[in-house]
Amino acid sequence: MARMLPEPTPETRHFWEGCRDGELRLQRCTDCKHTYFPPRAFCPKCASREVEVYKASGKAILYSYVINHRPRPDMGTEPYAIAVVQLDEGPRMMTNIVGCPQTPEALVLDMPMQVHFAKQTDEISLPLFEPAKG
Amino acid sequence: MKPKSIAVVGAAETTRLGKIPDVSVIGLHADAALNAMKDAGLKPSDIDGVATAGISPVELAHYLGITPTYADGTSVGGCSFMLHVRHAAAAINEGLCKTVLITHGESGRSRVGAGGFGRAPSSLMGQFEMPYGVTSPPTMFTIPVLRYMKTYGVSEADLANVAVIQREWAAKNPRASFKDPITVDDVLNSPMIAWPFRMLMCCLVTDGGGALILTSAERAKDFPQKPVYILGTGESVETPMVSQMEDFTSSKAFRVSGKKAFDESGITHADVDHLMIYDAFAHLPLYGLEDLGFVKPGEAKDFINERNTAIGGKLPLNTNGGGLSYMHSGMYGMYALQESVRQMRGTAAAQIDGAKISVSHGVGGMFAASGTVIFTNES
Repeated sequence: MARMLPEPTPETRHFWEGCRDGELRLQRCTDCKHTYFPPRAFCPKCASREVEVYKASGKAILYSYVINHRPRPDMGTEPYAIAVVQLDEGPRMMTNIVGCPQTPEALVLDMPMQVHFAKQTDEISLPLFEPAKG
Repeated sequence: MKPKSIAVVGAAETTRLGKIPDVSVIGLHADAALNAMKDAGLKPSDIDGVATAGISPVELAHYLGITPTYADGTSVGGCSFMLHVRHAAAAINEGLCKTVLITHGESGRSRVGAGGFGRAPSSLMGQFEMPYGVTSPPTMFTIPVLRYMKTYGVSEADLANVAVIQREWAAKNPRASFKDPITVDDVLNSPMIAWPFRMLMCCLVTDGGGALILTSAERAKDFPQKPVYILGTGESVETPMVSQMEDFTSSKAFRVSGKKAFDESGITHADVDHLMIYDAFAHLPLYGLEDLGFVKPGEAKDFINERNTAIGGKLPLNTNGGGLSYMHSGMYGMYALQESVRQMRGTAAAQIDGAKISVSHGVGGMFAASGTVIFTNES
Protein backbone atom coordinates (compact mmCIF):
# COMPACT_ATOMS: atom_id res chain seq x y z
CA MET A 1 0.00 0.00 0.00
CA ALA A 2 1.43 3.37 -1.05
CA ARG A 3 2.26 5.73 1.80
CA MET A 4 -0.03 8.70 2.31
CA LEU A 5 1.84 11.68 0.87
CA PRO A 6 1.43 15.44 0.96
CA GLU A 7 -0.03 17.41 -1.91
CA PRO A 8 1.85 20.73 -2.04
CA THR A 9 -0.04 23.99 -2.51
CA PRO A 10 1.35 27.27 -3.92
CA GLU A 11 2.09 28.41 -0.37
CA THR A 12 4.02 25.27 0.60
CA ARG A 13 5.71 24.32 -2.67
CA HIS A 14 9.10 25.80 -1.68
CA PHE A 15 9.17 23.53 1.37
CA TRP A 16 8.53 20.33 -0.56
CA GLU A 17 10.87 21.33 -3.39
CA GLY A 18 13.51 21.88 -0.72
CA CYS A 19 12.96 18.42 0.73
CA ARG A 20 13.22 16.94 -2.76
CA ASP A 21 16.52 18.79 -3.22
CA GLY A 22 17.87 17.78 0.20
CA GLU A 23 17.31 21.09 2.01
CA LEU A 24 15.07 21.85 4.97
CA ARG A 25 13.61 25.25 4.08
CA LEU A 26 11.96 27.52 6.62
CA GLN A 27 10.49 30.97 6.31
CA ARG A 28 11.51 34.08 8.20
CA CYS A 29 9.89 37.48 8.48
CA THR A 30 12.25 40.18 7.24
CA ASP A 31 10.47 42.76 9.40
CA CYS A 32 10.33 41.08 12.83
CA LYS A 33 12.86 38.25 12.13
CA HIS A 34 10.43 35.57 13.38
CA THR A 35 10.99 32.09 11.92
CA TYR A 36 7.82 30.06 11.49
CA PHE A 37 6.32 26.77 10.29
CA PRO A 38 4.18 25.50 8.55
CA PRO A 39 4.71 27.63 5.46
CA ARG A 40 2.46 30.54 4.56
CA ALA A 41 2.83 33.77 2.62
CA PHE A 42 2.95 36.05 5.66
CA CYS A 43 4.37 36.22 9.16
CA PRO A 44 1.96 34.73 11.72
CA LYS A 45 3.50 36.90 14.43
CA CYS A 46 3.31 40.40 12.90
CA ALA A 47 1.24 39.78 9.72
CA SER A 48 3.94 41.24 7.47
CA ARG A 49 4.00 39.91 3.91
CA GLU A 50 7.75 40.60 3.73
CA VAL A 51 9.01 37.07 4.30
CA GLU A 52 11.91 35.06 2.93
CA VAL A 53 12.75 31.39 2.52
CA TYR A 54 16.06 30.15 3.89
CA LYS A 55 17.90 26.90 4.40
CA ALA A 56 17.63 25.64 7.97
CA SER A 57 20.38 23.73 9.77
CA GLY A 58 18.42 20.48 9.89
CA LYS A 59 19.32 20.18 13.58
CA ALA A 60 16.67 19.56 16.20
CA ILE A 61 15.87 17.91 19.51
CA LEU A 62 13.30 15.19 20.13
CA TYR A 63 10.45 17.09 21.75
CA SER A 64 7.63 14.58 22.26
CA TYR A 65 6.21 11.43 20.66
CA VAL A 66 4.03 8.36 20.85
CA ILE A 67 4.83 4.87 19.60
CA ASN A 68 1.87 3.73 17.52
CA HIS A 69 1.22 0.05 18.15
CA ARG A 70 -1.65 -0.12 15.68
CA PRO A 71 0.11 0.78 12.43
CA ARG A 72 -1.76 2.50 9.66
CA PRO A 73 -1.91 0.08 6.71
CA ASP A 74 0.42 2.22 4.58
CA MET A 75 3.01 2.37 7.38
CA GLY A 76 3.91 -1.32 7.54
CA THR A 77 3.27 -3.74 10.37
CA GLU A 78 5.71 -2.76 13.14
CA PRO A 79 5.13 -0.13 15.85
CA TYR A 80 6.54 3.26 14.89
CA ALA A 81 7.13 6.55 16.63
CA ILE A 82 5.14 9.61 15.58
CA ALA A 83 7.31 12.40 16.87
CA VAL A 84 7.52 16.14 17.16
CA VAL A 85 10.98 17.68 16.94
CA GLN A 86 11.95 21.19 17.91
CA LEU A 87 14.20 22.67 15.24
CA ASP A 88 17.24 24.70 16.29
CA GLU A 89 15.62 27.65 14.51
CA GLY A 90 12.59 27.43 16.86
CA PRO A 91 9.60 25.87 15.09
CA ARG A 92 8.36 22.39 15.89
CA MET A 93 7.30 19.85 13.30
CA MET A 94 5.84 16.39 13.21
CA THR A 95 8.02 13.64 11.78
CA ASN A 96 9.12 10.03 12.10
CA ILE A 97 12.37 8.89 13.66
CA VAL A 98 14.72 6.68 11.65
CA GLY A 99 18.06 5.07 12.39
CA CYS A 100 17.19 3.87 15.88
CA PRO A 101 14.86 1.36 17.56
CA GLN A 102 11.27 2.52 18.01
CA THR A 103 11.31 2.03 21.78
CA PRO A 104 11.00 4.28 24.83
CA GLU A 105 14.54 3.27 25.84
CA ALA A 106 16.07 4.41 22.54
CA LEU A 107 13.91 7.49 22.15
CA VAL A 108 14.83 9.89 24.93
CA LEU A 109 13.30 13.34 25.05
CA ASP A 110 15.68 16.20 24.26
CA MET A 111 18.17 13.95 22.42
CA PRO A 112 19.81 15.76 19.49
CA MET A 113 18.47 14.88 16.06
CA GLN A 114 19.29 15.69 12.45
CA VAL A 115 17.13 15.72 9.36
CA HIS A 116 17.16 12.78 6.93
CA PHE A 117 15.27 13.09 3.66
CA ALA A 118 13.43 9.91 2.70
CA LYS A 119 12.59 9.85 -1.01
CA GLN A 120 9.04 8.67 -1.71
CA THR A 121 8.46 9.78 -5.33
CA ASP A 122 10.28 12.03 -7.82
CA GLU A 123 8.45 14.98 -6.28
CA ILE A 124 8.14 14.11 -2.62
CA SER A 125 10.82 13.38 -0.05
CA LEU A 126 9.72 13.40 3.59
CA PRO A 127 11.84 15.20 6.20
CA LEU A 128 12.43 12.46 8.78
CA PHE A 129 14.86 12.74 11.69
CA GLU A 130 17.62 10.49 13.02
CA PRO A 131 19.83 10.70 16.11
CA ALA A 132 22.57 13.29 15.49
CA LYS A 133 25.94 11.81 14.62
CA GLY A 134 29.09 12.96 16.36
CA MET B 1 -23.70 37.66 28.85
CA LYS B 2 -25.58 38.63 31.98
CA PRO B 3 -25.31 35.74 34.47
CA LYS B 4 -28.54 33.76 34.96
CA SER B 5 -30.32 35.49 32.06
CA ILE B 6 -30.65 32.20 30.16
CA ALA B 7 -31.71 28.74 31.35
CA VAL B 8 -31.73 25.14 30.18
CA VAL B 9 -35.36 23.99 30.19
CA GLY B 10 -35.00 20.73 28.29
CA ALA B 11 -32.23 18.14 28.44
CA ALA B 12 -32.06 14.50 27.42
CA GLU B 13 -29.84 11.86 25.90
CA THR B 14 -30.86 9.28 23.33
CA THR B 15 -33.19 6.57 24.61
CA ARG B 16 -30.31 4.10 24.37
CA LEU B 17 -26.54 4.58 24.58
CA GLY B 18 -23.76 2.22 23.55
CA LYS B 19 -24.35 0.00 20.54
CA ILE B 20 -27.28 1.18 18.41
CA PRO B 21 -26.85 -0.42 14.96
CA ASP B 22 -30.48 0.18 13.98
CA VAL B 23 -30.37 4.01 14.09
CA SER B 24 -28.48 6.34 11.75
CA VAL B 25 -26.66 9.51 12.74
CA ILE B 26 -29.57 11.82 11.94
CA GLY B 27 -31.91 9.38 13.67
CA LEU B 28 -29.85 9.72 16.86
CA HIS B 29 -30.09 13.53 16.62
CA ALA B 30 -33.86 13.22 16.25
CA ASP B 31 -34.27 10.73 19.11
CA ALA B 32 -32.36 13.01 21.47
CA ALA B 33 -34.28 16.07 20.23
CA LEU B 34 -37.67 14.40 20.74
CA ASN B 35 -36.65 13.33 24.24
CA ALA B 36 -35.51 16.86 25.12
CA MET B 37 -38.70 18.40 23.70
CA LYS B 38 -40.78 15.96 25.77
CA ASP B 39 -38.70 16.89 28.83
CA ALA B 40 -39.48 20.56 28.20
CA GLY B 41 -43.11 20.00 27.16
CA LEU B 42 -42.47 21.51 23.72
CA LYS B 43 -43.29 20.65 20.10
CA PRO B 44 -41.07 21.36 17.07
CA SER B 45 -43.27 24.34 16.25
CA ASP B 46 -42.26 25.88 19.59
CA ILE B 47 -38.58 25.88 18.62
CA ASP B 48 -37.27 28.89 16.69
CA GLY B 49 -33.51 28.32 16.94
CA VAL B 50 -31.35 25.30 16.07
CA ALA B 51 -27.69 24.45 16.59
CA THR B 52 -25.76 21.31 15.85
CA ALA B 53 -22.42 19.89 14.73
CA GLY B 54 -21.58 16.83 12.67
CA ILE B 55 -24.62 17.35 10.49
CA SER B 56 -25.76 20.76 9.29
CA PRO B 57 -28.43 22.76 11.14
CA VAL B 58 -30.32 22.72 7.83
CA GLU B 59 -30.58 18.94 7.93
CA LEU B 60 -31.64 19.06 11.57
CA ALA B 61 -34.30 21.74 11.11
CA HIS B 62 -35.82 20.10 8.06
CA TYR B 63 -35.79 16.60 9.58
CA LEU B 64 -37.64 17.79 12.68
CA GLY B 65 -39.96 20.21 10.88
CA ILE B 66 -38.57 23.32 12.54
CA THR B 67 -38.62 26.76 10.87
CA PRO B 68 -35.89 28.64 12.73
CA THR B 69 -34.99 32.32 12.81
CA TYR B 70 -31.57 31.35 14.20
CA ALA B 71 -29.23 28.57 13.00
CA ASP B 72 -25.73 27.79 14.30
CA GLY B 73 -23.55 25.21 12.54
CA THR B 74 -20.39 25.83 14.56
CA SER B 75 -18.42 22.62 14.25
CA VAL B 76 -15.10 22.64 16.11
CA GLY B 77 -15.13 19.07 17.39
CA GLY B 78 -16.43 17.62 20.64
CA CYS B 79 -16.85 20.93 22.45
CA SER B 80 -19.05 22.40 19.70
CA PHE B 81 -22.09 22.09 21.98
CA MET B 82 -20.48 24.28 24.65
CA LEU B 83 -20.06 26.91 21.95
CA HIS B 84 -23.65 26.36 20.81
CA VAL B 85 -24.86 27.06 24.37
CA ARG B 86 -22.79 30.22 24.47
CA HIS B 87 -23.99 31.46 21.07
CA ALA B 88 -27.61 30.55 21.83
CA ALA B 89 -27.47 32.54 25.06
CA ALA B 90 -26.24 35.58 23.15
CA ALA B 91 -28.84 35.09 20.42
CA ILE B 92 -31.76 34.81 22.85
CA ASN B 93 -30.58 37.85 24.78
CA GLU B 94 -30.28 39.76 21.50
CA GLY B 95 -33.83 38.78 20.47
CA LEU B 96 -32.82 36.67 17.45
CA CYS B 97 -34.98 33.83 18.71
CA LYS B 98 -36.69 32.63 21.89
CA THR B 99 -36.13 28.88 22.21
CA VAL B 100 -33.03 27.10 20.93
CA LEU B 101 -32.63 23.36 20.38
CA ILE B 102 -29.05 22.04 20.40
CA THR B 103 -28.52 18.44 19.27
CA HIS B 104 -25.81 15.84 19.02
CA GLY B 105 -26.00 12.37 17.50
CA GLU B 106 -23.17 10.12 16.45
CA SER B 107 -22.90 6.54 15.31
CA GLY B 108 -19.33 6.32 16.54
CA ARG B 109 -19.32 2.56 16.95
CA SER B 110 -21.82 1.25 14.40
CA ARG B 111 -21.05 3.93 11.74
CA VAL B 112 -24.65 3.95 10.43
CA GLY B 113 -25.01 6.89 8.05
CA ALA B 114 -21.71 8.31 9.31
CA GLY B 115 -18.99 10.07 7.33
CA GLY B 116 -15.28 9.21 7.30
CA PHE B 117 -12.34 10.68 9.19
CA GLY B 118 -10.28 12.02 6.31
CA ARG B 119 -8.18 15.09 5.62
CA ALA B 120 -7.40 16.41 2.14
CA PRO B 121 -3.73 15.72 1.34
CA SER B 122 -3.39 19.40 0.41
CA SER B 123 -4.60 20.63 3.83
CA LEU B 124 -2.00 21.63 6.39
CA MET B 125 -2.71 18.46 8.36
CA GLY B 126 -2.60 16.43 5.16
CA GLN B 127 0.79 17.84 4.29
CA PHE B 128 2.49 18.13 7.66
CA GLU B 129 0.96 15.44 9.91
CA MET B 130 -0.77 12.70 7.92
CA PRO B 131 2.41 11.57 6.07
CA TYR B 132 3.92 10.50 9.40
CA GLY B 133 1.37 7.80 10.12
CA VAL B 134 -1.11 9.43 12.46
CA THR B 135 -4.34 7.49 12.42
CA SER B 136 -7.10 8.66 14.71
CA PRO B 137 -7.15 10.62 17.98
CA PRO B 138 -5.18 7.97 19.96
CA THR B 139 -2.06 8.82 17.92
CA MET B 140 -2.58 12.57 17.78
CA PHE B 141 -4.19 13.80 20.97
CA THR B 142 -1.51 11.93 22.90
CA ILE B 143 1.55 13.39 21.20
CA PRO B 144 2.19 16.29 23.62
CA VAL B 145 1.89 14.10 26.72
CA LEU B 146 5.46 12.77 27.03
CA ARG B 147 6.65 16.38 27.22
CA TYR B 148 4.08 17.09 29.94
CA MET B 149 5.14 13.96 31.84
CA LYS B 150 8.82 14.89 31.70
CA THR B 151 8.17 18.52 32.70
CA TYR B 152 6.09 17.64 35.78
CA GLY B 153 7.33 14.17 36.71
CA VAL B 154 4.07 12.46 35.81
CA SER B 155 4.21 8.66 35.60
CA GLU B 156 2.24 6.15 33.58
CA ALA B 157 0.65 5.07 36.87
CA ASP B 158 -0.53 8.66 37.43
CA LEU B 159 -2.26 8.58 34.04
CA ALA B 160 -3.73 5.18 34.83
CA ASN B 161 -5.18 6.41 38.11
CA VAL B 162 -7.31 8.96 36.26
CA ALA B 163 -9.10 6.06 34.56
CA VAL B 164 -9.36 4.09 37.81
CA ILE B 165 -11.09 6.90 39.71
CA GLN B 166 -13.49 7.62 36.87
CA ARG B 167 -14.45 3.96 36.79
CA GLU B 168 -15.44 4.31 40.46
CA TRP B 169 -17.91 7.02 39.42
CA ALA B 170 -19.14 4.92 36.49
CA ALA B 171 -19.96 2.07 38.88
CA LYS B 172 -22.70 4.27 40.35
CA ASN B 173 -24.25 4.93 36.94
CA PRO B 174 -26.59 2.31 35.43
CA ARG B 175 -26.20 3.81 31.94
CA ALA B 176 -22.38 3.68 31.95
CA SER B 177 -20.82 1.37 29.36
CA PHE B 178 -18.14 0.08 31.77
CA LYS B 179 -19.01 -0.32 35.44
CA ASP B 180 -16.66 -3.02 36.78
CA PRO B 181 -13.89 -1.73 39.07
CA ILE B 182 -10.36 -1.54 37.66
CA THR B 183 -6.94 -1.07 39.25
CA VAL B 184 -3.88 0.87 38.15
CA ASP B 185 -2.30 -2.48 37.25
CA ASP B 186 -5.31 -3.37 35.10
CA VAL B 187 -4.84 -0.14 33.18
CA LEU B 188 -1.08 -0.60 32.84
CA ASN B 189 -1.59 -4.17 31.61
CA SER B 190 -4.31 -3.34 29.09
CA PRO B 191 -3.31 -3.52 25.39
CA MET B 192 -0.82 -0.95 24.15
CA ILE B 193 -2.37 1.55 21.74
CA ALA B 194 0.21 4.31 21.35
CA TRP B 195 2.89 4.29 24.03
CA PRO B 196 2.54 5.59 26.72
CA PHE B 197 -1.22 5.18 26.16
CA ARG B 198 -2.89 1.86 26.96
CA MET B 199 -6.42 0.95 25.93
CA LEU B 200 -7.96 1.80 29.32
CA MET B 201 -6.45 5.31 29.13
CA CYS B 202 -8.45 5.91 25.93
CA CYS B 203 -12.13 6.73 25.60
CA LEU B 204 -14.83 4.35 24.51
CA VAL B 205 -16.26 4.37 21.01
CA THR B 206 -20.05 4.15 21.24
CA ASP B 207 -23.31 5.31 19.62
CA GLY B 208 -25.65 7.89 21.10
CA GLY B 209 -26.74 11.47 21.27
CA GLY B 210 -28.12 14.24 23.42
CA ALA B 211 -30.06 17.48 23.15
CA LEU B 212 -30.56 20.67 25.12
CA ILE B 213 -33.25 23.36 24.95
CA LEU B 214 -32.48 26.88 26.11
CA THR B 215 -34.70 29.91 26.66
CA SER B 216 -34.69 33.13 28.67
CA ALA B 217 -34.67 32.86 32.46
CA GLU B 218 -37.89 34.86 32.50
CA ARG B 219 -39.71 32.22 30.42
CA ALA B 220 -37.95 29.31 32.11
CA LYS B 221 -40.14 29.50 35.21
CA ASP B 222 -43.14 28.30 33.16
CA PHE B 223 -41.53 25.02 32.12
CA PRO B 224 -42.08 21.65 33.84
CA GLN B 225 -38.44 21.05 34.84
CA LYS B 226 -36.40 22.93 37.41
CA PRO B 227 -34.51 25.57 35.37
CA VAL B 228 -30.73 25.32 35.21
CA TYR B 229 -29.27 28.79 34.74
CA ILE B 230 -26.16 29.74 32.82
CA LEU B 231 -23.72 31.74 34.92
CA GLY B 232 -20.88 32.17 32.46
CA THR B 233 -19.45 30.87 29.21
CA GLY B 234 -16.18 30.86 27.33
CA GLU B 235 -14.70 29.62 24.09
CA SER B 236 -11.49 29.68 22.12
CA VAL B 237 -9.59 27.87 19.39
CA GLU B 238 -5.87 27.31 18.93
CA THR B 239 -4.55 25.11 16.11
CA PRO B 240 -5.83 22.40 13.77
CA MET B 241 -2.47 20.61 14.13
CA VAL B 242 -1.52 19.22 17.53
CA SER B 243 2.15 19.44 16.57
CA GLN B 244 1.77 23.22 16.41
CA MET B 245 0.20 23.85 19.82
CA GLU B 246 2.08 26.63 21.53
CA ASP B 247 2.79 24.81 24.80
CA PHE B 248 2.79 21.00 24.98
CA THR B 249 2.15 21.11 28.74
CA SER B 250 -0.92 23.37 28.65
CA SER B 251 -3.76 24.18 26.25
CA LYS B 252 -4.09 27.83 25.31
CA ALA B 253 -7.69 27.26 24.22
CA PHE B 254 -8.47 25.77 27.68
CA ARG B 255 -6.90 28.72 29.47
CA VAL B 256 -8.67 31.37 27.40
CA SER B 257 -12.07 29.67 27.44
CA GLY B 258 -11.95 28.85 31.15
CA LYS B 259 -10.89 32.33 32.22
CA LYS B 260 -13.61 33.94 30.12
CA ALA B 261 -16.29 31.74 31.70
CA PHE B 262 -15.07 32.30 35.26
CA ASP B 263 -14.74 36.07 34.74
CA GLU B 264 -18.23 36.26 33.30
CA SER B 265 -19.79 34.22 36.09
CA GLY B 266 -18.18 36.18 38.91
CA ILE B 267 -17.52 32.99 40.91
CA THR B 268 -14.28 31.69 42.36
CA HIS B 269 -12.93 28.16 42.03
CA ALA B 270 -13.89 27.45 45.63
CA ASP B 271 -17.54 28.03 44.70
CA VAL B 272 -17.55 25.09 42.26
CA ASP B 273 -19.39 22.01 43.57
CA HIS B 274 -19.14 19.81 40.50
CA LEU B 275 -16.85 19.65 37.48
CA MET B 276 -16.91 17.97 34.10
CA ILE B 277 -13.73 17.93 32.00
CA TYR B 278 -14.02 16.28 28.61
CA ASP B 279 -11.83 13.18 28.92
CA ALA B 280 -11.18 11.67 25.52
CA PHE B 281 -7.92 10.41 27.06
CA ALA B 282 -6.58 10.13 30.59
CA HIS B 283 -4.36 13.21 30.32
CA LEU B 284 -7.22 15.62 29.67
CA PRO B 285 -8.45 15.92 33.27
CA LEU B 286 -4.85 16.72 34.26
CA TYR B 287 -4.51 19.50 31.68
CA GLY B 288 -8.06 20.69 32.44
CA LEU B 289 -7.62 20.99 36.21
CA GLU B 290 -4.46 23.03 35.67
CA ASP B 291 -5.58 25.16 32.72
CA LEU B 292 -8.91 26.03 34.36
CA GLY B 293 -6.98 27.15 37.43
CA PHE B 294 -8.22 24.62 40.00
CA VAL B 295 -4.59 23.69 40.71
CA LYS B 296 -1.22 25.08 39.68
CA PRO B 297 0.70 23.65 36.69
CA GLY B 298 2.03 20.21 37.57
CA GLU B 299 -0.21 19.74 40.61
CA ALA B 300 -3.10 17.90 38.97
CA LYS B 301 -1.66 14.39 39.36
CA ASP B 302 -1.30 14.76 43.12
CA PHE B 303 -4.72 16.38 43.35
CA ILE B 304 -6.25 13.34 41.66
CA ASN B 305 -4.06 10.79 43.47
CA GLU B 306 -5.12 12.32 46.79
CA ARG B 307 -8.73 11.53 45.75
CA ASN B 308 -9.97 15.13 45.64
CA THR B 309 -11.92 14.35 42.46
CA ALA B 310 -13.16 10.91 43.60
CA ILE B 311 -16.36 9.97 45.39
CA GLY B 312 -16.39 11.92 48.66
CA GLY B 313 -13.69 14.33 47.44
CA LYS B 314 -13.97 18.10 47.53
CA LEU B 315 -14.20 18.50 43.74
CA PRO B 316 -16.26 15.67 42.20
CA LEU B 317 -15.06 15.28 38.60
CA ASN B 318 -16.64 13.45 35.67
CA THR B 319 -19.34 11.93 37.84
CA ASN B 320 -21.01 10.07 34.96
CA GLY B 321 -17.80 8.04 34.47
CA GLY B 322 -16.62 10.29 31.65
CA GLY B 323 -15.61 9.45 28.13
CA LEU B 324 -13.33 6.80 29.61
CA SER B 325 -16.17 4.75 31.15
CA TYR B 326 -19.62 6.29 30.51
CA MET B 327 -19.80 6.73 26.76
CA HIS B 328 -17.95 8.50 23.96
CA SER B 329 -19.58 8.71 20.56
CA GLY B 330 -16.94 11.01 19.09
CA MET B 331 -18.14 14.44 20.17
CA TYR B 332 -18.52 13.86 23.89
CA GLY B 333 -19.10 17.49 24.98
CA MET B 334 -22.86 17.01 24.89
CA TYR B 335 -22.69 14.27 27.55
CA ALA B 336 -20.59 16.46 29.84
CA LEU B 337 -23.26 19.16 29.54
CA GLN B 338 -26.04 16.61 30.19
CA GLU B 339 -24.34 15.44 33.40
CA SER B 340 -23.92 19.04 34.59
CA VAL B 341 -27.62 19.67 33.98
CA ARG B 342 -28.58 16.45 35.82
CA GLN B 343 -26.40 17.44 38.78
CA MET B 344 -28.04 20.89 38.88
CA ARG B 345 -31.52 19.35 38.65
CA GLY B 346 -30.62 16.87 41.39
CA THR B 347 -31.33 13.87 39.17
CA ALA B 348 -27.84 12.45 38.50
CA ALA B 349 -27.11 8.79 39.17
CA ALA B 350 -24.16 9.81 41.35
CA GLN B 351 -25.81 12.94 42.70
CA ILE B 352 -23.64 15.40 44.64
CA ASP B 353 -25.76 16.48 47.60
CA GLY B 354 -26.47 20.19 47.66
CA ALA B 355 -24.49 21.00 44.50
CA LYS B 356 -25.27 24.52 43.35
CA ILE B 357 -22.60 25.28 40.74
CA SER B 358 -21.33 23.01 37.99
CA VAL B 359 -18.58 23.68 35.43
CA SER B 360 -18.62 21.83 32.12
CA HIS B 361 -15.42 22.11 30.12
CA GLY B 362 -14.98 20.73 26.63
CA VAL B 363 -12.23 20.13 24.12
CA GLY B 364 -12.52 19.97 20.34
CA GLY B 365 -10.14 18.23 17.96
CA MET B 366 -6.70 17.54 19.43
CA PHE B 367 -6.48 20.56 21.77
CA ALA B 368 -7.77 22.50 18.75
CA ALA B 369 -10.74 24.17 20.41
CA SER B 370 -12.41 24.62 23.76
CA GLY B 371 -15.69 25.68 25.29
CA THR B 372 -16.71 26.18 28.92
CA VAL B 373 -20.19 26.55 30.44
CA ILE B 374 -20.85 27.31 34.11
CA PHE B 375 -24.30 26.34 35.40
CA THR B 376 -26.22 27.02 38.60
CA ASN B 377 -29.58 25.92 39.97
CA GLU B 378 -30.09 29.13 41.96
CA SER B 379 -32.09 31.85 40.21
